[in-house]
Amino acid sequence: MTQLNFISFQSILSYNGSAMVAMKGERCVSIATDKRFGIQAQTVSMDFPKVFEMGPHLYLGLPGLATDIGTVYEKLRFRKNLFELRENRRMSPQIFSAMVSNMLYEKRFGPFFVEPIVAGLDPYTCVPYVCNMDLIGCRNEPEDFVTGGSASAQLFGMCESLWEPNMGPDDLFETTSQALINAFDRDAISGWGAIVHIIEKDKVTTRELKTRMD
Amino acid sequence: MSSSVSRPYYPDYLAETPTKHHFSPYADNGGSIVAIAGDDYVVIAGDTRLSAGFQIYTRQQNKLFPLTKTTVLGCAGCWCDTLTLTRLLNTRMQMYEQEHNKTMSTPAAAQMLSTVLYYKRFFPYYISNMLVGLDDEGKGCVYSYDPIGHCEKAKYRAGGSAGALLQPLLDNQVGLKNMQNVQVESIPLDRALSILKDVFISAAERDIYTGDAIYINIVTKDGIKSDSFPLRKD
Repeated sequence: MTQLNFISFQSILSYNGSAMVAMKGERCVSIATDKRFGIQAQTVSMDFPKVFEMGPHLYLGLPGLATDIGTVYEKLRFRKNLFELRENRRMSPQIFSAMVSNMLYEKRFGPFFVEPIVAGLDPYTCVPYVCNMDLIGCRNEPEDFVTGGSASAQLFGMCESLWEPNMGPDDLFETTSQALINAFDRDAISGWGAIVHIIEKDKVTTRELKTRMD
Repeated sequence: MSSSVSRPYYPDYLAETPTKHHFSPYADNGGSIVAIAGDDYVVIAGDTRLSAGFQIYTRQQNKLFPLTKTTVLGCAGCWCDTLTLTRLLNTRMQMYEQEHNKTMSTPAAAQMLSTVLYYKRFFPYYISNMLVGLDDEGKGCVYSYDPIGHCEKAKYRAGGSAGALLQPLLDNQVGLKNMQNVQVESIPLDRALSILKDVFISAAERDIYTGDAIYINIVTKDGIKSDSFPLRKD
């Protein structure tokens, strides 16, 4: 391994730093992210978008290498729009995550360095859905929550004890926010503000959280 | 081989060249330690799984070492280094007792551990250490260390293989970080114990090196009380 200036270089996936989490609730889902963009230990920007609205009930989070976040988002937006125009129907989160997974596996031997998170409600049945995958598109669709980014270990610890089944939107917001903030406060390369989306049947609430900026 | 190609050369038959064998003096045997200090007590807990890679050596290994009646050391990491270190520390405790005619205080033991670790600066003991006890005023305190003896005094700390998973939860539940409209006061013993059990249940869920059970040591002015609590065993 090459020794770089401050932190020894571990993985391209944690080159820019990120923390992301999505949780299931009672007829609602949440997805939350930090706002930092840095190059290893040096913070460059504090309002870098990593979670994208792909539809009225469909959100995509892309923790990983910042340059690939933009590329992957644009490619997915194109493929999703093409699907919806051709089929004249909305894309469900399941189908969307299958598409993401498929697109990542196309680059099996030269991957995009992102580990996407998909969160949303089914456009017709409103059943909650969360999913994450590795950089070559191996999907994980759990019943509770998914985590991603350089603070994923810290997020696992937080979510595993804070999450409980059948939370309403307000409880879900508090749980998601506390899990994310306390997790990235213990990670040097993520944090610097947070955004939380709560997705419900008839509305999406987006809140920006003030956090410690060090 | 005179070629400058970096590709290794594999002979078709057994070569008479010397074979290079690798040996690492270190092993990572996993394990997690959590400690919480209160006004007149301190609790420390360690899981009981001893493992290497995907193998489990034993499911009932105590990782807590009482050094005096008010001081306990918790160790996670390389088990052979733990055995050597604790043997050395017990000897040093005995030497201190015989030279000074008194048992070592917790802050003194904490300083000694730091010195003992730094003495091996260039061939360190590969251990996450956590020293807890009551200080000279009878208050609970936690000292955590890196493998080469850097020491920090704290009120609560998680260390070992699930340290990254547990520390943010302690920040939130014990340190009351990122909470509004709460007054920070030291927590009672029963709350500390229930948080301790909760965080280990969570850690056992996601960390393969943490599980089976936990051993708990509760240190008060009356001495050390032991307890245990089962965790998932897979």
